[in-house]
Amino acid sequence: MPVAVLCVLLGLLALLAYGLASNDPDRSVDEALQRGERAQAPGLELPRLGGGGNAALADYRGQVVVLNFWASWCKPCKEESPLLERWHQRMADRGGTVLGVDMLDVTGDAQEFIADYRLTYPMLKDRDGDGLEAFGVVQYPETFVIDRQGRIAAVQRGPVDEEFMQSRVEPLL
Amino acid sequence: MRRLALGLVALALVPVAAAARDCPQTSLGDIEDEVMCPVCGTPLGLASEAPQANQERAYIQRLVDSCKSKDEIKRALVAEFGENVLALPGDEGDDDLGDVLVYLIPALGILLAAAGIAFALVRWRRPGGRRGGPPPVSADGARLDDDMERYDL
Repeated sequence: MPVAVLCVLLGLLALLAYGLASNDPDRSVDEALQRGERAQAPGLELPRLGGGGNAALADYRGQVVVLNFWASWCKPCKEESPLLERWHQRMADRGGTVLGVDMLDVTGDAQEFIADYRLTYPMLKDRDGDGLEAFGVVQYPETFVIDRQGRIAAVQRGPVDEEFMQSRVEPLL
Repeated sequence: MRRLALGLVALALVPVAAAARDCPQTSLGDIEDEVMCPVCGTPLGLASEAPQANQERAYIQRLVDSCKSKDEIKRALVAEFGENVLALPGDEGDDDLGDVLVYLIPALGILLAAAGIAFALVRWRRPGGRRGGPPPVSADGARLDDDMERYDL
């Protein structure tokens, strides 16, 4: 009897350990950057926010992409949005773009946010959190700088600032 | 003529009254225990004051106010957040293993607890199961007895 109870308890513990381990975010991008390497950006294809079919990260190959994961309810996202819009304008004729990914958000609220901050850069909608998993996103906002070869050149887990954009994006343009 | 006009007005008001009776068809409280807060990873009802949870509640409330049924609201939530927003096992979604485990694990827990209690009871009732003699009278017990005798009226 005690052996059976022990076996079931061990089984439950193993299940708990599996659940905890499988929830760990993917940090391979950060590890590659720490080694001075640029990992290939994961494939990402999502619907355009508000309709108009899908768009893929691969569509932007050859450009510098500032891939920004955000949501309308996220306060730091509001603070960094004007900066991202300025940089989008600045990069537009130099082969660069900001690409927004609205994560797990209400579409109407997201569109209101875009209108409020007059954001003109392309936006995708990550309805199921696929992009979050692919890029190991765990907080809002997070930004990945992707070079012209489709490799991740920098990552910012938290809001970006002018210093980050100057030091990580400008050299790629 | 006047009666006819009154009758027509009454007839016209019947669907309005029926619609008013049926609306709202559900409530935020009724739904928030059956859906997830996808960012928090918990049922919405447990997600307290997280901003994403508050946004989801506001969205549900807008749908409730616009007289959507519970099923319609759940479908709208799936359209916004994907099928993982549904908290009830067996709701839409393809996590069959998860649907089974969510029932299996609590059942196993109950079985284990029942087995543990039964095991303890059998050992306790078995002759010699209770080791040692009657519990010693503690100092507190003796003092209490003395006090009771002293103040016995």
